[in-house]
Amino acid sequence: MPDLLIELFSEEIPARMQARAAQDLRQRVTDGLVEAGLTYSHAGAFATPRRLTLALEGVLDRSPDTREERKGPKVGAPDKAIEGFLRGAGVAREDLEVRDDKKGQVYFAVIDRPGRPAAEIVAEVLEDTIRNFPWPKSMRWGAGTLRWVRPLHRILCILPREDGAEVVPLTVDGITAGDVTEGHRFMAPGEIRVTGFEDYAAKLKRAKVVLDPEERADAIWNDATNMAFAAGLEVVEDRGLLSEVAGLVEWPVVLMGKIDEAYLDLPPEVLQTSMREHQKFFSVRDPKSGQITRFITVANRETADDGATILSGNRRVLSARLADGAFFWQNDLRVARDAKMQPWIDALADVTFHAKLGTEADRVARIAALARELAPSVGADPDAAEQAARIAKADLVSEMVYEFPELQGVMGRYYALEAGFSAAIADAVAEHYAPLGPSDTVPTAPVSVAVSLAEKIDKLTGFWAIDEKPTGSKDPFALRRAALGVIRLVLSNDLRLPLSRYFAEPAEASDLLAFFHDRLKVHLRDEGIRHDVIDACLAMPGNDDLTLLVKRARALADFLKTDDGENLLQGFKRANNILTQAEEKDGVEYSFGADVKFAETDEERALFAALDAEGPRIEAAMQAEDFGAAMGALAQLRAPIDAFFEAVQVNADAQVVRRNRLNLLSRIRRLCLDVADLTRIEG
Amino acid sequence: MSQPRCFQDIILALQSYWAEAGCAVLQPYDMEVGAGTFHPATTLRALGPTRWSAAYVQPSRRPTDGRYGDSPNRWQHYYQFQVIIKPSPPDLQELYLGSLKAIGIDTDLHDIRFVEDDWESPTLGAWGLGWEVWCDGMEVSQFTYFQQVGGHDCHPVSGELTYGLERLAMYVLGYDDGNAMPFNPPDSPIPLTYGDVFREAEAQYARWNFDVADTETLLQHFKDAEAECARILAAPADDPKTGRHIVMAQPAYDQAIKASHVFNLLDARGVISVTERQAYIGRVRALTKMCADAFLQTAAGGHAA
Repeated sequence: MPDLLIELFSEEIPARMQARAAQDLRQRVTDGLVEAGLTYSHAGAFATPRRLTLALEGVLDRSPDTREERKGPKVGAPDKAIEGFLRGAGVAREDLEVRDDKKGQVYFAVIDRPGRPAAEIVAEVLEDTIRNFPWPKSMRWGAGTLRWVRPLHRILCILPREDGAEVVPLTVDGITAGDVTEGHRFMAPGEIRVTGFEDYAAKLKRAKVVLDPEERADAIWNDATNMAFAAGLEVVEDRGLLSEVAGLVEWPVVLMGKIDEAYLDLPPEVLQTSMREHQKFFSVRDPKSGQITRFITVANRETADDGATILSGNRRVLSARLADGAFFWQNDLRVARDAKMQPWIDALADVTFHAKLGTEADRVARIAALARELAPSVGADPDAAEQAARIAKADLVSEMVYEFPELQGVMGRYYALEAGFSAAIADAVAEHYAPLGPSDTVPTAPVSVAVSLAEKIDKLTGFWAIDEKPTGSKDPFALRRAALGVIRLVLSNDLRLPLSRYFAEPAEASDLLAFFHDRLKVHLRDEGIRHDVIDACLAMPGNDDLTLLVKRARALADFLKTDDGENLLQGFKRANNILTQAEEKDGVEYSFGADVKFAETDEERALFAALDAEGPRIEAAMQAEDFGAAMGALAQLRAPIDAFFEAVQVNADAQVVRRNRLNLLSRIRRLCLDVADLTRIEG
Repeated sequence: MSQPRCFQDIILALQSYWAEAGCAVLQPYDMEVGAGTFHPATTLRALGPTRWSAAYVQPSRRPTDGRYGDSPNRWQHYYQFQVIIKPSPPDLQELYLGSLKAIGIDTDLHDIRFVEDDWESPTLGAWGLGWEVWCDGMEVSQFTYFQQVGGHDCHPVSGELTYGLERLAMYVLGYDDGNAMPFNPPDSPIPLTYGDVFREAEAQYARWNFDVADTETLLQHFKDAEAECARILAAPADDPKTGRHIVMAQPAYDQAIKASHVFNLLDARGVISVTERQAYIGRVRALTKMCADAFLQTAAGGHAA
């Protein structure tokens, strides 16, 4: 069985698109082949800056012959029906067979499809793949109409065989497939003829191309860490940068250089960000001081001077960049030190936050007021919380953050300290955006928590007020993230915070609270708590107090996992059903007046006794918000309830007895519903 | 070409290289523009089916980049070298790399990289895909395949190269301070540096751009240019005097260029708020779109008479 080798050779493919493109190539080609009956045993996909490669092993020589039998109309059916059948099956009338069926004679069409040679199928599938490739962004070039991520130059498509490779006959928009590729653009220019995957990979390596992105990334990381280690230093790990850099080179050559002394005092975040964003350099750190002292760059070639020219050029560029950074840093420090950041705070009045929600200064004023209000509930000093909020956004107009927006907050901390604010306030400035994602660290310092909560609640209530809510996949203002941030802040700090108090308009409040509840469900689902358990707790009073809500939900989820819990739930449901039916039928509510003196059986009396004993315990536990204890007490009711239903006919003939029993059931219902709305639990 | 010694050697080397490669070597457009792309030889000629090939230096102005001549690498007036070829030839990357060799960059010693950078000009209603070209980590050119200009799909597609001449020359000549870089050969009877030529003017323009330019007048100029552009294009295509079909796309486009520059000046004066900014950019884009539509009605734009 032959193999198949495909390479699409183009001008430089953006690094961020390469991995996905290699997978898409594999997916589309293999799907197409398999659909056409051409199976294979193994597939490998690779990408470099200039090529996407797919290598298949064990591809069938040709697709198997197939025979399909289709049952048609009865013999003697109207011509129209028969003609329709012939069209659908693609056969002529004389080719139909007549066979006996249960209901008489029936036409059968036997459709033979001869297998086709692999080359023919591959050509079709590859052309379709190229023409419909799902690039995130594609383009045309020259006078052609084909779209590709950048101009496509060559198609290599061969079926390697023992007696030499068969070139698949294929031409797409003037590009004819062949068995030729090219090596490294600078180190080994020129055409390379290949006969199969092993030959291809080996020849490419000789032509200074490492085909496998993993191999390039590993080589880069190994060389970088060894080089740093030899100098007594360590590379700052950056997975994203590593895979990007591996996508920028075909022949990685790692070079390490020193950062100019003059810039070593810049904050490490500035050095790292500037080097990563502008130059795609790794940062190299002194493990003893934590200071970043060197950089690592990855060139795409070897040179006669062992990279000396390249390294000195990179160093010059870095110095020019860092000169800018140092200039911003010094200017910013001056504003922080001499003017206590006031010019920035004033300038926020000129920065629009959102056309309908005013400027950043308006927003800061709202956040400051809210942070002050929240402070007591989170154990923060109200003055500190308000002060931190007032300066939290100031760094947005600093020169450094203008240049590197991702340093917002981080720079604010430096500037706040420089302006003489306390560490707690400076930390709150740095942390008030957090948590940004589901795995981002949640602030715990009280001032940070107050400002972070205020920032997010203001954002949510603001966008709710102007009716800019997330819809479907659209969430341009990251409101889902903000809500999740509030949830995580509240839960991980165990805060008792009735959220509704901070929502302005009652009309929006319930909608916004529902939004919070939706996010909470998603959050708890990851914890393994079922949505119906959460619904049962959401239906209870105080559901804007997320800590209480989650405590209840966790206790209920745990309870329902026990035998007692599951059986009690069934007992409750039975009681509730009987009651509901009786209430509907009688048009009254049975909720009061059950009296043990009308009890006729021991089981009834036992249930009365159990309810009398556990009722106060449950109430006390609920008062103490000890849901675990409340449910433990509920569990004590399980046996008497089961016994009651076993022995007692609720709908007794005697009305007094029946009413009494219904009222007794209502005691069960009320006790249970005080704990959680069990009617919402499924199953 | 031997190793360049000064700024003008780089320009001369690029001009002769691209002349050799078959481009018409044009002169700068005689208007204030923010970038070489604004030259009608790029913006308008990228439209329609007619083949085109040109290279030129374009003095460009970005008022907000003024530093009174004090910055080693920022000037409000600077030079771009621009190449545009339509349809983009299949060996455009190779041609480009040849131009780097022509200005003394030995690709055997340097690390040349094509790093994704998509180009978009909101005022021109234009975008394209391509790269910024890095030499040892430094961006030395923009390389773009135009996909759309003035809201029209480009077919065929033009390949566009833009060299930032100061930065490129500083790198090739080994100067960290652009003002110290020789403009003409250092052994000339009267050697001049880049700073000798431009530093004084930079200070003057920075003062005018930032503090003195009269904003009322500029706002009026913007409105005037906008109105004139629309008026020119509203004129019937058939000229009553000559009886010929004359669509005045380029005179109208001059007004669009003017509006764009006036907008940049207003921006430097700090009188345009964030929200207004978008509105102004939209107004300039509307003008360039109208001009692009009109150009397609001309013979040069492929209109059959």
